[in-house]
Amino acid sequence: MDNWTFGFTMLIVGMGGTLAALGALAVIMALLKKIFPVKEESN
Amino acid sequence: MFDAILNGLSGLGAGVVNLHWSNPIMIALGCLLLFLGIKKDVEPLLLVPIGFGAILINIPLADLMGEEGFLRAIYNMGVANELFPLLIFIGIGAMTDFGPLLENPKIFLLGAAGQFGIFLTIGLALLFGFDKLDAVAIGVIGACDGPTAIYVSARYAPHLLAAVSVAAYSYMSLVPIIQPPIMRFLTTEKERRINMSELSSTTPASKTTKIVFPIVVTIFGGLIAPNGLPLLATIMLGNLLKECGVVSRLTKAAENEIANVVTLFLGISIGATMDGRAFLTAETIMILVFGFVAICLDTVCGVLFGKAMCVMTGGKVNPLIGAAGISAYPMAARVVQKEGLKYNKFNFLLMHAVGANTGGQVGSVMAAAIMLSVLKGMGIIP
Repeated sequence: MDNWTFGFTMLIVGMGGTLAALGALAVIMALLKKIFPVKEESN
Repeated sequence: MFDAILNGLSGLGAGVVNLHWSNPIMIALGCLLLFLGIKKDVEPLLLVPIGFGAILINIPLADLMGEEGFLRAIYNMGVANELFPLLIFIGIGAMTDFGPLLENPKIFLLGAAGQFGIFLTIGLALLFGFDKLDAVAIGVIGACDGPTAIYVSARYAPHLLAAVSVAAYSYMSLVPIIQPPIMRFLTTEKERRINMSELSSTTPASKTTKIVFPIVVTIFGGLIAPNGLPLLATIMLGNLLKECGVVSRLTKAAENEIANVVTLFLGISIGATMDGRAFLTAETIMILVFGFVAICLDTVCGVLFGKAMCVMTGGKVNPLIGAAGISAYPMAARVVQKEGLKYNKFNFLLMHAVGANTGGQVGSVMAAAIMLSVLKGMGIIP
Protein backbone atom coordinates (compact mmCIF):
# COMPACT_ATOMS: atom_id res chain seq x y z
CA MET A 1 0.00 0.00 0.00
CA ASP A 2 1.41 3.41 -0.92
CA ASN A 3 1.81 6.18 1.64
CA TRP A 4 -0.93 8.33 0.09
CA THR A 5 -3.57 5.59 0.40
CA PHE A 6 -2.37 4.74 3.89
CA GLY A 7 -2.42 8.35 5.10
CA PHE A 8 -5.83 9.05 3.59
CA THR A 9 -7.30 5.87 5.08
CA MET A 10 -5.91 6.69 8.53
CA LEU A 11 -7.30 10.21 8.26
CA ILE A 12 -10.81 9.18 7.27
CA VAL A 13 -11.20 5.96 9.27
CA GLY A 14 -9.19 7.21 12.24
CA MET A 15 -10.89 10.57 12.64
CA GLY A 16 -14.31 9.25 11.66
CA GLY A 17 -13.93 6.17 13.86
CA THR A 18 -12.86 8.19 16.90
CA LEU A 19 -15.70 10.66 16.46
CA ALA A 20 -18.27 7.89 15.89
CA ALA A 21 -16.99 5.84 18.85
CA LEU A 22 -17.06 8.75 21.28
CA GLY A 23 -20.42 9.91 19.87
CA ALA A 24 -21.81 6.43 20.52
CA LEU A 25 -20.35 6.49 24.04
CA ALA A 26 -21.99 9.87 24.66
CA VAL A 27 -25.35 8.39 23.69
CA ILE A 28 -24.75 5.31 25.87
CA MET A 29 -23.79 7.53 28.82
CA ALA A 30 -26.93 9.64 28.37
CA LEU A 31 -28.98 6.43 28.39
CA LEU A 32 -27.18 5.15 31.49
CA LYS A 33 -28.02 8.38 33.29
CA LYS A 34 -31.69 7.78 32.47
CA ILE A 35 -31.53 4.14 33.59
CA PHE A 36 -29.67 4.98 36.82
CA PRO A 37 -30.88 8.45 37.79
CA VAL A 38 -29.50 10.29 40.81
CA LYS A 39 -32.71 9.90 42.83
CA GLU A 40 -32.03 6.16 42.96
CA GLU A 41 -29.14 6.91 45.36
CA SER A 42 -31.25 8.77 47.89
CA ASN A 43 -33.37 5.70 48.67
CA MET B 1 56.01 -1.66 37.61
CA PHE B 2 56.04 1.85 36.12
CA ASP B 3 54.15 0.45 33.12
CA ALA B 4 51.57 -1.14 35.40
CA ILE B 5 50.99 2.20 37.14
CA LEU B 6 50.64 3.96 33.77
CA ASN B 7 48.17 1.31 32.56
CA GLY B 8 46.19 1.66 35.77
CA LEU B 9 46.06 5.45 35.38
CA SER B 10 44.99 5.14 31.72
CA GLY B 11 42.07 2.99 32.87
CA LEU B 12 40.93 5.83 35.11
CA GLY B 13 40.65 8.22 32.18
CA ALA B 14 39.05 5.74 29.78
CA GLY B 15 35.64 7.39 30.09
CA VAL B 16 37.00 10.79 29.05
CA VAL B 17 39.03 9.31 26.17
CA ASN B 18 35.97 7.50 24.80
CA LEU B 19 33.60 10.47 24.93
CA HIS B 20 31.75 10.91 21.65
CA TRP B 21 31.06 14.54 20.65
CA SER B 22 27.35 13.94 21.25
CA ASN B 23 27.78 12.73 24.83
CA PRO B 24 28.58 16.10 26.46
CA ILE B 25 25.64 17.67 24.58
CA MET B 26 23.30 14.98 25.85
CA ILE B 27 24.67 15.26 29.39
CA ALA B 28 23.93 19.00 29.17
CA LEU B 29 20.43 18.17 27.88
CA GLY B 30 19.97 15.78 30.81
CA CYS B 31 21.02 18.58 33.19
CA LEU B 32 18.55 20.92 31.44
CA LEU B 33 15.73 18.41 32.00
CA LEU B 34 16.75 18.16 35.66
CA PHE B 35 16.76 21.98 35.91
CA LEU B 36 13.31 22.22 34.35
CA GLY B 37 11.97 19.53 36.64
CA ILE B 38 13.60 20.70 39.88
CA LYS B 39 13.70 24.49 39.54
CA LYS B 40 10.82 25.19 37.15
CA ASP B 41 8.47 22.42 38.36
CA VAL B 42 7.88 21.21 34.78
CA GLU B 43 6.59 17.62 35.02
CA PRO B 44 9.19 16.88 37.74
CA LEU B 45 8.01 13.32 38.35
CA LEU B 46 9.10 12.43 34.84
CA LEU B 47 11.75 14.96 33.88
CA VAL B 48 13.94 14.21 36.91
CA PRO B 49 14.33 10.46 36.23
CA ILE B 50 14.46 11.06 32.43
CA GLY B 51 17.17 13.71 32.85
CA PHE B 52 19.19 11.49 35.16
CA GLY B 53 18.81 8.51 32.83
CA ALA B 54 19.99 10.68 29.92
CA ILE B 55 23.12 11.61 31.88
CA LEU B 56 23.83 8.00 32.84
CA ILE B 57 23.55 6.61 29.33
CA ASN B 58 25.93 9.21 27.91
CA ILE B 59 28.79 8.28 30.20
CA PRO B 60 30.98 6.05 28.00
CA LEU B 61 31.99 2.48 28.82
CA ALA B 62 29.55 2.09 31.74
CA ASP B 63 27.44 -0.03 29.37
CA LEU B 64 24.27 0.48 31.42
CA MET B 65 22.11 -0.46 28.43
CA GLY B 66 24.31 -3.44 27.56
CA GLU B 67 23.19 -7.03 27.97
CA GLU B 68 23.74 -7.00 31.72
CA GLY B 69 23.31 -3.31 32.44
CA PHE B 70 20.77 -2.39 35.11
CA LEU B 71 19.04 0.14 32.84
CA ARG B 72 18.61 -2.58 30.20
CA ALA B 73 17.06 -4.80 32.88
CA ILE B 74 14.54 -2.08 33.80
CA TYR B 75 13.87 -1.32 30.11
CA ASN B 76 13.22 -4.97 29.31
CA MET B 77 11.11 -5.36 32.43
CA GLY B 78 8.50 -2.81 31.47
CA VAL B 79 9.17 -0.66 28.40
CA ALA B 80 10.11 -3.26 25.78
CA ASN B 81 6.95 -5.22 26.64
CA GLU B 82 4.81 -2.04 27.11
CA LEU B 83 3.95 -2.98 30.71
CA PHE B 84 4.93 0.30 32.41
CA PRO B 85 2.63 2.63 30.41
CA LEU B 86 -0.25 0.27 31.14
CA LEU B 87 0.47 0.27 34.88
CA ILE B 88 0.65 4.07 34.77
CA PHE B 89 -2.79 4.04 33.15
CA ILE B 90 -4.24 2.13 36.11
CA GLY B 91 -2.97 4.94 38.32
CA ILE B 92 -4.33 7.63 36.00
CA GLY B 93 -7.73 5.93 35.94
CA ALA B 94 -7.74 5.79 39.74
CA MET B 95 -6.95 9.51 39.92
CA THR B 96 -9.49 10.69 37.33
CA ASP B 97 -13.03 11.81 38.11
CA PHE B 98 -15.21 11.36 35.03
CA GLY B 99 -18.15 12.99 36.86
CA PRO B 100 -17.99 16.34 34.97
CA LEU B 101 -17.93 14.43 31.66
CA LEU B 102 -20.88 12.25 32.67
CA GLU B 103 -22.83 15.37 33.68
CA ASN B 104 -22.82 16.47 30.05
CA PRO B 105 -22.00 13.47 27.80
CA LYS B 106 -22.17 15.62 24.61
CA ILE B 107 -18.79 17.00 25.67
CA PHE B 108 -17.37 13.58 24.76
CA LEU B 109 -17.37 14.83 21.16
CA LEU B 110 -14.83 17.51 22.06
CA GLY B 111 -12.59 14.70 23.33
CA ALA B 112 -12.78 13.22 19.83
CA ALA B 113 -12.10 16.49 18.01
CA GLY B 114 -9.06 17.03 20.24
CA GLN B 115 -7.48 13.91 18.74
CA PHE B 116 -7.75 14.91 15.09
CA GLY B 117 -4.21 16.29 15.24
CA ILE B 118 -2.94 12.72 15.58
CA PHE B 119 -4.30 11.69 12.21
CA LEU B 120 -3.43 14.95 10.44
CA THR B 121 0.15 14.68 11.72
CA ILE B 122 0.45 11.09 10.52
CA GLY B 123 -0.36 12.42 7.04
CA LEU B 124 2.22 15.20 7.37
CA ALA B 125 4.92 12.79 8.58
CA LEU B 126 4.20 10.52 5.62
CA LEU B 127 4.50 13.50 3.27
CA PHE B 128 7.96 14.17 4.73
CA GLY B 129 9.07 10.65 3.93
CA PHE B 130 8.66 8.84 7.23
CA ASP B 131 7.89 5.14 7.20
CA LYS B 132 4.24 4.22 7.97
CA LEU B 133 4.80 2.96 11.53
CA ASP B 134 7.23 5.79 12.27
CA ALA B 135 4.55 8.25 11.13
CA VAL B 136 2.05 6.57 13.46
CA ALA B 137 4.44 6.87 16.41
CA ILE B 138 5.03 10.55 15.58
CA GLY B 139 1.32 11.26 15.14
CA VAL B 140 0.49 9.76 18.51
CA ILE B 141 2.41 12.60 20.19
CA GLY B 142 -0.78 14.49 19.35
CA ALA B 143 -2.63 12.30 21.84
CA CYS B 144 -0.97 14.60 24.41
CA ASP B 145 -0.77 11.51 26.50
CA GLY B 146 2.65 10.22 27.58
CA PRO B 147 1.76 6.59 28.32
CA THR B 148 -0.12 6.19 25.02
CA ALA B 149 2.79 7.69 23.08
CA ILE B 150 5.24 5.38 24.87
CA TYR B 151 3.00 2.32 24.38
CA VAL B 152 2.64 2.86 20.64
CA SER B 153 6.24 3.89 19.92
CA ALA B 154 7.78 1.16 22.13
CA ARG B 155 5.75 -1.39 20.26
CA TYR B 156 5.93 -0.23 16.67
CA ALA B 157 8.85 2.22 16.40
CA PRO B 158 11.19 1.54 19.36
CA HIS B 159 14.03 3.47 17.68
CA LEU B 160 11.90 6.64 18.02
CA LEU B 161 10.89 6.01 21.64
CA ALA B 162 13.26 8.57 23.17
CA ALA B 163 12.34 11.40 20.81
CA VAL B 164 8.61 10.66 20.91
CA SER B 165 8.55 10.43 24.72
CA VAL B 166 10.53 13.62 25.23
CA ALA B 167 8.31 15.44 22.72
CA ALA B 168 5.10 14.12 24.30
CA TYR B 169 6.00 15.11 27.86
CA SER B 170 7.64 18.41 26.89
CA TYR B 171 4.67 19.63 24.89
CA MET B 172 2.21 18.43 27.53
CA SER B 173 3.92 20.71 30.00
CA LEU B 174 3.94 23.54 27.43
CA VAL B 175 0.17 23.39 26.88
CA PRO B 176 -0.37 26.63 28.89
CA ILE B 177 1.96 28.41 26.44
CA ILE B 178 0.94 26.69 23.19
CA GLN B 179 -2.85 26.82 23.47
CA PRO B 180 -3.90 30.41 24.42
CA PRO B 181 -2.74 32.16 21.21
CA ILE B 182 -4.55 29.55 19.09
CA MET B 183 -7.70 29.87 21.22
CA ARG B 184 -7.69 33.65 20.86
CA PHE B 185 -6.99 33.52 17.14
CA LEU B 186 -9.89 31.17 16.39
CA THR B 187 -12.60 32.76 18.59
CA THR B 188 -14.28 36.12 18.77
CA GLU B 189 -14.42 38.09 22.02
CA LYS B 190 -18.18 37.55 22.07
CA GLU B 191 -17.69 33.78 21.93
CA ARG B 192 -15.07 33.86 24.68
CA ARG B 193 -17.54 35.69 26.93
CA ILE B 194 -20.25 33.01 26.67
CA ASN B 195 -21.35 31.97 30.15
CA MET B 196 -21.95 28.24 30.23
CA SER B 197 -23.91 28.29 33.48
CA GLU B 198 -26.90 28.88 31.18
CA LEU B 199 -26.47 25.39 29.77
CA SER B 200 -29.46 23.49 31.14
CA SER B 201 -28.67 20.02 29.79
CA THR B 202 -26.21 19.13 32.55
CA THR B 203 -27.43 16.78 35.24
CA PRO B 204 -25.29 15.01 37.81
CA ALA B 205 -24.46 11.34 37.30
CA SER B 206 -25.44 8.78 39.91
CA LYS B 207 -22.89 6.56 41.64
CA THR B 208 -24.21 3.56 39.70
CA THR B 209 -23.63 5.39 36.40
CA LYS B 210 -20.08 6.19 37.48
CA ILE B 211 -19.47 2.51 38.29
CA VAL B 212 -21.04 1.25 35.06
CA PHE B 213 -19.15 3.82 32.92
CA PRO B 214 -15.69 2.14 32.97
CA ILE B 215 -17.22 -1.28 32.38
CA VAL B 216 -19.23 -0.08 29.38
CA VAL B 217 -16.29 1.83 27.88
CA THR B 218 -14.07 -1.24 28.21
CA ILE B 219 -16.55 -3.60 26.58
CA PHE B 220 -17.59 -1.12 23.86
CA GLY B 221 -14.04 0.00 23.09
CA GLY B 222 -12.70 -3.54 23.21
CA LEU B 223 -15.30 -4.76 20.75
CA ILE B 224 -14.66 -2.03 18.16
CA ALA B 225 -10.89 -1.71 18.64
CA PRO B 226 -9.53 -4.89 20.26
CA ASN B 227 -5.91 -4.00 19.48
CA GLY B 228 -6.07 -1.06 21.84
CA LEU B 229 -7.87 -2.92 24.62
CA PRO B 230 -4.84 -2.92 26.97
CA LEU B 231 -4.83 0.90 26.90
CA LEU B 232 -8.57 1.24 27.46
CA ALA B 233 -8.85 -1.59 29.95
CA THR B 234 -6.13 -0.37 32.29
CA ILE B 235 -7.37 3.23 32.55
CA MET B 236 -10.92 1.96 33.06
CA LEU B 237 -9.81 -0.63 35.63
CA GLY B 238 -8.18 2.15 37.64
CA ASN B 239 -11.36 4.21 37.43
CA LEU B 240 -13.54 1.24 38.41
CA LEU B 241 -11.37 0.68 41.49
CA LYS B 242 -11.93 4.33 42.45
CA GLU B 243 -15.66 4.48 41.74
CA CYS B 244 -16.78 1.13 43.15
CA GLY B 245 -15.65 2.29 46.58
CA VAL B 246 -15.00 -1.18 48.00
CA VAL B 247 -11.30 -1.58 47.21
CA SER B 248 -9.81 1.54 48.71
CA ARG B 249 -6.50 -0.25 49.39
CA LEU B 250 -6.15 -1.14 45.72
CA THR B 251 -7.16 2.39 44.66
CA LYS B 252 -4.52 3.90 46.95
CA ALA B 253 -1.92 1.40 45.72
CA ALA B 254 -2.77 2.21 42.07
CA GLU B 255 -2.61 5.97 42.51
CA ASN B 256 0.38 5.99 44.88
CA GLU B 257 2.74 3.03 45.20
CA ILE B 258 2.26 1.48 41.74
CA ALA B 259 2.12 4.81 39.88
CA ASN B 260 5.15 6.15 41.77
CA VAL B 261 7.40 3.12 41.31
CA VAL B 262 6.47 2.70 37.66
CA THR B 263 6.92 6.43 36.97
CA LEU B 264 10.46 6.19 38.32
CA PHE B 265 11.30 3.11 36.27
CA LEU B 266 9.60 4.46 33.15
CA GLY B 267 11.37 7.81 33.41
CA ILE B 268 14.84 6.39 33.89
CA SER B 269 14.27 3.85 31.09
CA ILE B 270 13.26 6.58 28.66
CA GLY B 271 16.29 8.62 29.68
CA ALA B 272 18.38 5.52 29.01
CA THR B 273 17.26 5.52 25.37
CA MET B 274 18.71 9.02 24.89
CA ASP B 275 22.16 7.93 23.79
CA GLY B 276 23.64 10.91 21.95
CA ARG B 277 24.77 8.86 18.95
CA ALA B 278 21.17 7.82 18.24
CA PHE B 279 19.34 10.87 19.61
CA LEU B 280 21.14 13.81 18.06
CA THR B 281 19.88 13.40 14.53
CA ALA B 282 17.85 15.42 12.06
CA GLU B 283 15.09 12.86 12.54
CA THR B 284 14.76 13.81 16.23
CA ILE B 285 14.44 17.49 15.35
CA MET B 286 11.74 16.65 12.81
CA ILE B 287 9.89 14.57 15.41
CA LEU B 288 9.99 17.49 17.87
CA VAL B 289 8.59 19.80 15.16
CA PHE B 290 5.85 17.34 14.18
CA GLY B 291 4.95 16.84 17.85
CA PHE B 292 4.46 20.59 18.21
CA VAL B 293 2.36 20.69 15.04
CA ALA B 294 0.26 17.77 16.31
CA ILE B 295 -0.65 19.54 19.53
CA CYS B 296 -1.41 22.79 17.70
CA LEU B 297 -3.68 20.88 15.29
CA ASP B 298 -5.44 19.18 18.22
CA THR B 299 -6.17 22.60 19.70
CA VAL B 300 -7.33 24.01 16.36
CA CYS B 301 -9.69 21.08 15.74
CA GLY B 302 -10.99 21.17 19.32
CA VAL B 303 -11.76 24.89 19.24
CA LEU B 304 -13.35 24.67 15.77
CA PHE B 305 -15.52 21.81 16.98
CA GLY B 306 -16.40 23.92 20.02
CA LYS B 307 -17.47 26.70 17.64
CA ALA B 308 -19.66 24.24 15.75
CA MET B 309 -21.27 23.14 19.04
CA CYS B 310 -21.75 26.81 19.92
CA VAL B 311 -23.70 27.35 16.70
CA MET B 312 -25.72 24.13 17.11
CA THR B 313 -26.73 24.98 20.70
CA GLY B 314 -27.71 28.53 19.83
CA GLY B 315 -24.68 30.07 21.50
CA LYS B 316 -24.78 28.14 24.78
CA VAL B 317 -21.38 26.44 24.46
CA ASN B 318 -18.24 28.51 24.90
CA PRO B 319 -15.89 27.36 22.10
CA LEU B 320 -12.88 27.78 24.39
CA ILE B 321 -13.73 24.49 26.10
CA GLY B 322 -12.90 22.74 22.81
CA ALA B 323 -9.23 23.36 23.57
CA ALA B 324 -9.59 21.15 26.64
CA GLY B 325 -10.52 18.15 24.49
CA ILE B 326 -6.93 16.94 24.63
CA SER B 327 -5.52 14.51 27.15
CA ALA B 328 -3.20 16.90 29.02
CA TYR B 329 -5.09 16.71 32.31
CA PRO B 330 -5.74 19.00 34.10
CA MET B 331 -3.52 21.64 32.44
CA ALA B 332 -5.76 22.11 29.40
CA ALA B 333 -8.86 22.62 31.59
CA ARG B 334 -7.01 25.20 33.68
CA VAL B 335 -5.91 27.06 30.56
CA VAL B 336 -9.54 27.28 29.38
CA GLN B 337 -10.72 28.52 32.78
CA LYS B 338 -7.99 31.17 32.84
CA GLU B 339 -8.73 32.37 29.30
CA GLY B 340 -12.47 32.48 29.97
CA LEU B 341 -11.99 34.57 33.10
CA LYS B 342 -9.95 37.11 31.14
CA TYR B 343 -13.00 38.05 29.08
CA ASN B 344 -15.79 37.49 31.60
CA LYS B 345 -14.78 37.54 35.25
CA PHE B 346 -17.99 35.78 36.26
CA ASN B 347 -17.51 32.95 33.79
CA PHE B 348 -16.46 29.71 35.44
CA LEU B 349 -15.74 27.28 32.64
CA LEU B 350 -13.64 24.95 34.77
CA MET B 351 -16.10 22.08 35.28
CA HIS B 352 -17.13 22.08 31.61
CA ALA B 353 -13.47 22.18 30.61
CA VAL B 354 -12.64 19.36 33.03
CA GLY B 355 -15.43 17.35 31.38
CA ALA B 356 -13.91 17.97 27.95
CA ASN B 357 -10.46 17.22 29.33
CA THR B 358 -11.48 13.84 30.77
CA GLY B 359 -13.28 13.22 27.47
CA GLY B 360 -9.91 13.92 25.86
CA GLN B 361 -8.31 11.29 28.08
CA VAL B 362 -10.78 8.66 26.94
CA GLY B 363 -10.56 10.11 23.41
CA SER B 364 -6.78 9.80 23.19
CA VAL B 365 -6.87 6.19 24.30
CA MET B 366 -9.80 5.44 22.00
CA ALA B 367 -8.05 7.16 19.06
CA ALA B 368 -4.90 5.08 19.66
CA ALA B 369 -6.98 1.92 19.99
CA ILE B 370 -8.82 2.67 16.74
CA MET B 371 -5.54 3.52 15.01
CA LEU B 372 -4.00 0.19 16.04
CA SER B 373 -7.06 -1.72 14.92
CA VAL B 374 -7.08 0.09 11.56
CA LEU B 375 -3.38 -0.76 11.15
CA LYS B 376 -4.14 -4.39 11.86
CA GLY B 377 -7.10 -4.31 9.48
CA MET B 378 -4.78 -3.02 6.75
CA GLY B 379 -2.27 -5.76 7.52
CA ILE B 380 0.47 -3.31 8.55
CA ILE B 381 0.87 -4.75 12.04
CA PRO B 382 0.46 -8.42 13.02
